[in-house]
Amino acid sequence: MKHDDWDSKDIEAVIGALKDKPGALLPILHAIQDQQGYVPPESVPMIADALNLTRAEVHGVITFYHYFRQTPPGRKTIRVCRAESCQAMGSDALEAHAKASLGIDYHENTTDGEFSLEPVYCLGNCACSPAIMIEKEVFGRVTPERFDAIVEEVRGNHG
Amino acid sequence: MRLLRKCGGIMVKVYVPCDSCALSLGSESVAREVSRVAGQRGLDVTLVRNGSRGLYWLEPLVEVETPEGRIAFGPVTVKDVESLFDQGFLSGGQHPLSLGLTEEIPFLKKQERLTFARVGITDPVSLEDYLAHEGYQGLRNALAMAPEKIVDEVTESGLRGRGGAAFPTGIKWRTVLGAEGDQKYIVCNADEGDSGTFSDRMIMEGDPFVLIEGMTIAGLAVGATRGYIYLRFEYPYAEKNLNAAIKAAEAGGFLGDNIQGSGKAFHLEVRLGAGAYVCGEETSLLESLEGRRGLVRFKPPLPAIKGLFGKPTVINNVISLASVPIILARGGSFYKDFGMGRSRGTLPIQLAGNLKRTGLVERAFGVTLREILYDYGGGSQSGRPIKAVQVGGPLGAYLPESQFDTPLDYEAFAALWAVLGHGGIVAFDDAVDMSKMARYGMEFCAVESCGKCTPCRIGSTRGVEVIDHIREGTNVSENLKLLRDLSDTMLAGSLCALGGMTPYPVLSALNHFPEDFGAPANKASA
Repeated sequence: MKHDDWDSKDIEAVIGALKDKPGALLPILHAIQDQQGYVPPESVPMIADALNLTRAEVHGVITFYHYFRQTPPGRKTIRVCRAESCQAMGSDALEAHAKASLGIDYHENTTDGEFSLEPVYCLGNCACSPAIMIEKEVFGRVTPERFDAIVEEVRGNHG
Repeated sequence: MRLLRKCGGIMVKVYVPCDSCALSLGSESVAREVSRVAGQRGLDVTLVRNGSRGLYWLEPLVEVETPEGRIAFGPVTVKDVESLFDQGFLSGGQHPLSLGLTEEIPFLKKQERLTFARVGITDPVSLEDYLAHEGYQGLRNALAMAPEKIVDEVTESGLRGRGGAAFPTGIKWRTVLGAEGDQKYIVCNADEGDSGTFSDRMIMEGDPFVLIEGMTIAGLAVGATRGYIYLRFEYPYAEKNLNAAIKAAEAGGFLGDNIQGSGKAFHLEVRLGAGAYVCGEETSLLESLEGRRGLVRFKPPLPAIKGLFGKPTVINNVISLASVPIILARGGSFYKDFGMGRSRGTLPIQLAGNLKRTGLVERAFGVTLREILYDYGGGSQSGRPIKAVQVGGPLGAYLPESQFDTPLDYEAFAALWAVLGHGGIVAFDDAVDMSKMARYGMEFCAVESCGKCTPCRIGSTRGVEVIDHIREGTNVSENLKLLRDLSDTMLAGSLCALGGMTPYPVLSALNHFPEDFGAPANKASA
């Protein structure tokens, strides 16, 4: 989903298609992030212009929400749940394992550009804790061993 | 997905859930394997991707329709599928994974499923299936009623907001009905961010039409023609099923400009949140829907008077709205007959954390915590004693074993300085360090604070620091005093429940488990 060389025309098209919706800013930011993997700083003045907002207002919204990012992610984003139910089932150890095995902390990308690691507060998979989400796929009862197996499989999928 | 090759036998329906929890345990590969093996053996199998029955410790739970009823097998992995066919599971053949008739499984049999009547039973995105299972009966009745009568019925049912605040739904609707406005809105709060809760998700994935129907009825009741479902981005499968169901409802004339030829209009759209817990607070949610930072608004004005885009707005949680169709279908008094005291109807209780049997239990209010934890939950998964349970999400109090006989009832919980919230229960065994959980409570508040009011924004960060000092053993008694003082400020001075209720988990942990904070243990719990 990530494009290193993004095209401003793609972003213009997204903005054009959504700008007339009531409360269009979040839908636009979602669409841009779906398309580009992040919200490129260059898109901020374009959005501001289309919605008749200041750049500061757009920037303020992007930075308020944990989900929106301003830098390119790895090819796959791994989200590890930190909430109470997962903690009750050993997510602390899972978090430590995820960081160690990927060699990164939260909000970082692996050096090969394969993965980003993000914390998340509840995936609604509390009946099968601990849980992680990779892109839009959720995994439950994730032991450190299962984490490695899932990551290996996801990595393999990219060839 | 119908496999067309017939081989003399009759068509058999096999159910493999598309619920995200089941998917997270591999139900997609199981479904594919069932199709593959059936195809290979020339068997006529219709695969239905249902929601989950809520027996999550048994997922992926595969069911087969037989003349006696649906028979369950679980938990099924891809490796088990060949042997299921070998043992003739299509005709209910015995297999080590066989659980017998699904409806007879005690965890399910002892429930009172009203809001969840169809979840796990129907194909979630089939309008035909929905209609065949009492779907849209509520709307049909509502279309024949005056708006005031619809509101009366909901008021009569005693339904209170299931998002956590437990405000009477009928009163909220009446305010919006009486408010002047050229445009009114129905907003569904589907930002289910509380840890240990997943009932909203189960409805949206497993029976999205019931939510759509509930919102449409709300629209008729208050004169709103437009609705939004504010859904958290963490629920991609719910988004998919909601959008598919909205499309089907539009095609079937249940949404749009002329609902079932009544001349009444209702349009519905799903909007995605972006990972901000505070957007589950209603005014923050409205700000977010309007395209801004999710800063909490001052109240008044109430959203019922001045809500989305400044217009009168009903804002209700998923479960509140999804409970409306059965109230309109069977009558307010039917629903009211369930429950205790001022807590009427049923509560979808979500069992999570360290329990043997996790999942969804819908019961009338009044069942005790102990019954839920042990009769349904089967005690801790680890086999160690349950030390504490957090009820009602990250802003809910921790309850010790001595309080497990409390009935699930809004008032009974309030009397203990606890909350039922959205009905999520997270169990912890005796390995948990409650000062660590208290620290997490403050940390979570610091991460998620919208920043508008000082007690929440600054108090949470100071709270983490004070608890760190306590955990290090620095001036413990003074710092405990400071922590209580800080909590008081947050309780009394915060603008919304995030800052205003973070002291619930923090102080309940401290009050019930002082020994985890380096203070002398309580006599009662020693």
